[in-house]
Amino acid sequence: MPSLKDYRDRIASVKSTKKITSAMKMVAASKLKRAQDKAEKAQPYADAMSKVMARVAAGVQIGAGSHKLLAGTGDDQTHLLLVVTSDRGLCGGFNGNLLRQTKIMIDELSGLGKAIKIVTVGRKGYDFLKREHKDLIVKSFMDIGRTKSGVEFTEVAAVADYILGMFDENEFDVCSVLGNEFRSVLSQVPTASQLIPFTFREETIDNMEDNAEEASNETPYDFEPEEEEILNELLPKNISVQIFRILLDSAAGEQAARMTAMDSATRNAGDKIKDLTLQYNRARQAYITKELIEIISGAEAV
Amino acid sequence: MIQFELVSPEKKLMSEGVIMAVIPGTEGDFGVLSGHMPLIANVRTGVVEIYRENMTQVSERVFISGGFADVSVEQCTLLAEQAINVNDIDKADVDTQIAKIETNIQSATSDIDIKSFHKKLDILRAMAQSVA
Repeated sequence: MPSLKDYRDRIASVKSTKKITSAMKMVAASKLKRAQDKAEKAQPYADAMSKVMARVAAGVQIGAGSHKLLAGTGDDQTHLLLVVTSDRGLCGGFNGNLLRQTKIMIDELSGLGKAIKIVTVGRKGYDFLKREHKDLIVKSFMDIGRTKSGVEFTEVAAVADYILGMFDENEFDVCSVLGNEFRSVLSQVPTASQLIPFTFREETIDNMEDNAEEASNETPYDFEPEEEEILNELLPKNISVQIFRILLDSAAGEQAARMTAMDSATRNAGDKIKDLTLQYNRARQAYITKELIEIISGAEAV
Repeated sequence: MIQFELVSPEKKLMSEGVIMAVIPGTEGDFGVLSGHMPLIANVRTGVVEIYRENMTQVSERVFISGGFADVSVEQCTLLAEQAINVNDIDKADVDTQIAKIETNIQSATSDIDIKSFHKKLDILRAMAQSVA
């Protein structure tokens, strides 16, 4: 039977935990706002890029002679997985769900006899994957977006440059990214998307269709240099933009997940305090009653 | 007047009506005025000159690290990964960055790293040149 002091100590400790979790929730909320702003500001570039892409691609025959990023290497033996997680924990199932998905993908690919290479972004992903697949990890990026202004494009460009460099050296055939997609504050969905060879996203295809309609009543576009040369420049840039988008999404998702996790932790701590206070009061009353009985029976005995 | 937009991956940097913008295309510099024929062009690393008031006086010079221009009759969108107003370039800072990367190249071992260092170096050198 715990003493009164034990109860008091436990209540105090839960209270201080609650203070920490609620402070973390507040910090995550403000960081989430900033991360969302950043993602929003990055939209015009991505949109313009997809528009240009659609315009250029409409005039290009995609075939074996196309840029390698578009046509692929003609093989799919070696897969590169870019796994995007957060650097820090305490954000609920954010990293766990993604890494579970990653593991499934690794098992699937190795089941098919494919070779796998892994590039990680974020400390959590590296720490987890190095336990079982240390030999597969070729590079790990950490502390991206640790500056006050969040994820910087230059940091992302370094990741993209590395991957494109590997591709140039024929170190892999297919590259996929695994990252958390930010659906809403309450829902971040681990998503795998193929980066190389490049596949047109739906919106680009929509844009292409719009352009075809427009083209009939518009002066045709001039390309300088030829479409194919522009496309060759566009494709690598487009890779970095896509990685940037995924990292921004992941950064926003991380904060959202942390906010939700800390919110429920704060609520749990509140419940726990209520329970403990009730038990403490009961124990105190029992103690007082016991003392009274002792005094009374003592007085009666005299 | 033509609507000129300069967009970097991080945000929209400029969006305003200008008289003319001179853009460093890979095939040579070209001026964009209102009524320009629709054009998509590759842009090399260099300086964009913006004419706000008239056709003779440059109002602003912006350094960009290459990209793409999407020109239509009434709008010109310039996509650039890096863009900085030439007046804001700190020559000393750029020089120290160049020196730092040059020493890094010496110690770099993988081809991939060396390539990316060279890419950065080219941009920084062009940046230093645009100030001079």
